[in-house]
Amino acid sequence: MGNRVHPAHAIGIGTTTVNGLRLAGIGLGVTVALALTSADRIWAIDASDPLVDPQQQTTYEKIINEVRCLVCQNQTIADSAAPLAADLRREIRAMVEEGNSEQDIKVFLIERYGDFVLYRPRVGSWTLALWLAPFVFLIVGGLTLFRVVQRRRSLPIDQDAPLADE
Amino acid sequence: MKFFIPIAVFAALIAVFLFSLNRDPSYVPSPLIGKPAPEFRLPRLADPQQTLATEDMGGRFSLLNVWATWCVGCRQEHDTLVQIAANYQVPIYGLNWKDNPVKARIWLKELGNPYVATAVDLHGNVAIDWGVYGAPETFLLAADGTVLYKHLSPLTMAIWETEFIPRMQSGSVQQR
Repeated sequence: MGNRVHPAHAIGIGTTTVNGLRLAGIGLGVTVALALTSADRIWAIDASDPLVDPQQQTTYEKIINEVRCLVCQNQTIADSAAPLAADLRREIRAMVEEGNSEQDIKVFLIERYGDFVLYRPRVGSWTLALWLAPFVFLIVGGLTLFRVVQRRRSLPIDQDAPLADE
Repeated sequence: MKFFIPIAVFAALIAVFLFSLNRDPSYVPSPLIGKPAPEFRLPRLADPQQTLATEDMGGRFSLLNVWATWCVGCRQEHDTLVQIAANYQVPIYGLNWKDNPVKARIWLKELGNPYVATAVDLHGNVAIDWGVYGAPETFLLAADGTVLYKHLSPLTMAIWETEFIPRMQSGSVQQR
């Protein structure tokens, strides 16, 4: 026994550094765990109090996370600090409180801002290409792959290839 | 043939990219075009006791210009609006969007007032009904209140002549 070298010493750093690193690691872990588990309300742009009815609050949150902020087009109105996003959140909130359904509110927004306002556009003649394109690509890719594999399979096996010692 | 397919696909992609190069990604077409103008009734900037409503704009071609003193593009286009007001018989209405009315009155005093009347949309509720998302925006309305066209970004005389004038039939609009 006795002469066992601490692994940290072997790579040239002291045990205090190791302890420090370990502490930092734990700190980082706690931070990440907190970030993952705590309600994201802490970082939310939307500072308004939750709606009294939890069901309505869920609807409200669902909608604002699916509506595009047209001022900063790659953000939802839940993420955006733009004044227009705040106005739209207020409007949607009021509509939810009045008992409008998610569908009603989305139609309200589309009538004013067009289909682009929804991150998940409706399936319709206008957006059909958008919805079907991924499947078309998948089928074309799959067929191509299938044909390539088929053709390779029918190729004669190279007898000279050094595979095993026979 | 085998050679040709990838080249054709590549060429098609390039064509799409070239086409998209000149498109403005921030431009969102208005679903209001061809529909009746959204209803509103708001206090007037000059006299908050009086109101401006959608029906006040009917009867002839008219413009509704969304502006605010915090909007740089609005300052940029203001001269054009003054010029249109002076040279054409198209009434221009203003929608003062989420602005300070005091500042807005000073702005009109300093830069000139091209508006027949300006409605004050303090909280942006009417702007939402009109699908407004970035000032300046200018709507062209028909005599019956139909939205004919919406222009985003500052107006210029060139845009006025190419986009607005052709959309207005002869009769109610002539150059003075």
